[in-house]
Amino acid sequence: MQTTYEAIIGLEVHAQLKTSSKAFCACSTTYGAMPNVNVCPVCLGHPGTLPVLNRNLVEWIVKMGLATNCHIRERSSFSRKNYFYSDLPKGYQISQFADPICYGGSVEIETEEGPKHIGITRIHMEEDSGKSIHDLDIDTLVDLNRAGVPLIEIVSEPDIRTAREAYLYLQHIRQILVYLDICDGNLEEGSLRCDANISIRPVGQTTFGTKTEVKNLNSFRNVEKAIQFEIARQIALVEGGAAVQQVTMLWDASRQETRVMRSKEQAHDYRYFAEPDLVHVVVDESWKQRLHSALPELGLAKRRRFVSQFGLPAYDAAVLTDDAEVAAWYEASCAHLNAQGPEAYKAVSNWIMTDVMRIMGQNKVSISNAGLSPEQLASLVDVVQDGTISSKSAKDVFAAMLGTTKTASELVQELGLRQESDEGLLRQLVEDVLRDNPDNLEKYRGGKSNLLGFFVGQVIKRSGGSANPALVTSIMKEALEQPTM
Amino acid sequence: MISFTEDRQRFLDGSLSVSQRVEQCLAAIANQAQLNAFLHVDADGVRAAAAASDERYRAGLARPLEGCILAVKDNMSVKGMPMTCASRILEGFMPLYTATAVERLIDAGAVVIGKTNMDEFAMGSSNETSAYGVVRNPHDPSRVPGGSSGGSAVAVAAGLCHASLGSDTGGSIRQPAAFCGVVGFKPTYGVVSRYGLTAFASSLDHVGPFAPTMADAQAVFDVMAGADAMDSTSVPTPEAQPMPPIDGLKVGVLEESYITGCDQDIQDAYAAAIEKLRQMGATIVPVQLQHEQAWVPTYFILATAEASSNLARFDGVRYGKRFESDVDIVTETRSRGFGTEVQRRIMLGTYVLSSGYHDAYYTRAQKARRLIADMYNNVFTQVDVILLPTTPTSAFEIGAKQSDPVAMWLSDYYTVSANIAGIPAVSVPVGTDTAGLPIGLQVQGPVFADAMVLAVAAQV
Repeated sequence: MQTTYEAIIGLEVHAQLKTSSKAFCACSTTYGAMPNVNVCPVCLGHPGTLPVLNRNLVEWIVKMGLATNCHIRERSSFSRKNYFYSDLPKGYQISQFADPICYGGSVEIETEEGPKHIGITRIHMEEDSGKSIHDLDIDTLVDLNRAGVPLIEIVSEPDIRTAREAYLYLQHIRQILVYLDICDGNLEEGSLRCDANISIRPVGQTTFGTKTEVKNLNSFRNVEKAIQFEIARQIALVEGGAAVQQVTMLWDASRQETRVMRSKEQAHDYRYFAEPDLVHVVVDESWKQRLHSALPELGLAKRRRFVSQFGLPAYDAAVLTDDAEVAAWYEASCAHLNAQGPEAYKAVSNWIMTDVMRIMGQNKVSISNAGLSPEQLASLVDVVQDGTISSKSAKDVFAAMLGTTKTASELVQELGLRQESDEGLLRQLVEDVLRDNPDNLEKYRGGKSNLLGFFVGQVIKRSGGSANPALVTSIMKEALEQPTM
Repeated sequence: MISFTEDRQRFLDGSLSVSQRVEQCLAAIANQAQLNAFLHVDADGVRAAAAASDERYRAGLARPLEGCILAVKDNMSVKGMPMTCASRILEGFMPLYTATAVERLIDAGAVVIGKTNMDEFAMGSSNETSAYGVVRNPHDPSRVPGGSSGGSAVAVAAGLCHASLGSDTGGSIRQPAAFCGVVGFKPTYGVVSRYGLTAFASSLDHVGPFAPTMADAQAVFDVMAGADAMDSTSVPTPEAQPMPPIDGLKVGVLEESYITGCDQDIQDAYAAAIEKLRQMGATIVPVQLQHEQAWVPTYFILATAEASSNLARFDGVRYGKRFESDVDIVTETRSRGFGTEVQRRIMLGTYVLSSGYHDAYYTRAQKARRLIADMYNNVFTQVDVILLPTTPTSAFEIGAKQSDPVAMWLSDYYTVSANIAGIPAVSVPVGTDTAGLPIGLQVQGPVFADAMVLAVAAQV
């Protein structure tokens, strides 16, 4: 009988915090500066310098801990992780080891099979290293602008079972970081980095298999692919009668495969010990409470609220709340509607998910730079809802609106797109059409009821295209039903 | 020796100028070059600063330490002066900033004359591990000045400056102070900022002064002390407690078994000092300082563990001397840039932190550290201060202990426990032995009792 396997996956996510200064000195963290400009004696590791903890780092990691339902340790401490590397100025990284500031949390992800809890083992503070540039023909070059930039490491419990779940979990963590406005969440630029610990076991077995660590998962697509590849590699090994070795693997995106980076024997001995240059980090109850009450509504809660408050389909709510800025923009648009109601809310959603997001994608801009304001979009939805213009004309109004501050009503006026809804005028046109088409009227009354469309079309034609089709139809029906004229 | 508190009167009444004193010091440094006390002398800089100080005295704007001629141990950053830590690996290194302690002294009017020789990275008790040659004891040039702050002790003892700064990780101020016959003070941990002091063992490192008299040491200390935003482990200056009169003061003294290893002359000096205090009305209380067999091992495990990490930054990549290699610049630089004692301690420290040995050594040493601190806390419920020898011997011959590192390490027996517990301790000169070599005795007090320790030591 064929053995079926399940994968046991835990993720270590490193998030670079977007504090304006570094973790332990006052240097700027601006990305993209000339190499070795954002440096000082402290982050260059000059003799005699000492680290001074950035209070924002503590505040922000506590927010992340609270947002992921972690316990916050009242007294935590820093340790030194010792290793030599040319881009590590002090020869050690200041990190947390034995007593991370956040621990024992969990997040809920929405999988295709329903909601699932993923445990958070710990979240701790540390500093980034510099950057080594090896791929030039000359010597290795070192840029220390990044050295000392604050990182938090979010370690999950081995609760993840599939590559898809890993992807969803990472998306979720990213969303929380972005919602809290503490990290850019950009995998490609390295402000978010992910390593995966993976093992497999036959379904039903309770003990864990030997795990491998896969590094260099630098895009969401790669996270899913690399984990899939590694699971398949491990299953093939075991099926072939071999054993999984405890190794560190590197994902090679160009070859779409994992390969061994270092074996267990080559693993570093980091010689952790308590950092003697820093005192304990103390987060008292009142500080914690203050941060807790200042937490913003997070993605999942917002998504659920959008469904209940605006009557949106789950899909719309998920798309709109993926980005906190889009969600806020959506809510602002709805607030500006004259006609409140599920129909209008859904119309706003449709505009954002199609036209607005198309512009954002094409121009690679955020929603605030898409070319229109929430007030403008609301005015557009209003003029469609109240029948001033047809939904076909609305597309033209939308196009004309971009880059201006004009409301939909102003543009309808300017473009002459107003729909004719004057009943007296339309009734006159209906009468004219019926009078001028006695043959067809005869046929209609003889049973050819599908001629209704013809009559309506004639009216719209005579109006120059501006007649409100719904209104014309109802007047026409009424006229046709009258026995004589 | 020249005392600043005495000279200050002369500077004020105009009978002596700072510039004159600086010229005398520069001449003395040149005349006594064989002592090898200085690694760098900033003649131009100190002359300019002295002229400015004289101007202030004339204008009636003299600050508390105006014209105090200061020598700084070469493991502290002074902008504009090279810093080597007496190591090849920092040859040619120019610091980008000035250490907080030095900065405060300069801001109070001190003028820096130069940087003093020391054991390489402050690792040694004899000043023989300097890459730039041994420092000689002015009382007998065939003998060591002690270490690691040997140059700073000699600079004061030989009258080459008013006061100097040293660092004390296991006795590196007090032991050379005793060997050279000057006052050497290690304050409470954190009271003087470590910012700018090249770290040897961060949790044990202290900055402190050498001076001819207790009053001079106090004057320098008062200016340096106080919290520093650049050092998270620094603490505010302890509030001055009213000094209890010696009459009625409880002075803890060591039972005989603790001092039988000392030279007879030192035992005699110790007994004489006890008698002196008793006659002044002090209550003499024999105390047991427990875990004494653990002091030196605990110290060496913690100090070397931290040193192995602190010295990792010296890799030839960003600053200092780089020894080129086709294979590995870092290995080449560290193998050739560090001396034998430094390499020995880095290896020992790496070993005690490595996985599989960490618990047996480092973790146990941390526990021992707590026991030693608790022991002191307990003793200080019974006595106000403790009087003890600074060293078991007077200055030894150059080369005498070089082949036996453990014997050298054991010479720190009376000093390391104050570093482990972070308590204030001062070494005060109490005369000479039969060979004419200085003897120092030590006063230790509870954490933050810095003022009391100095006041009692002034009476010894």
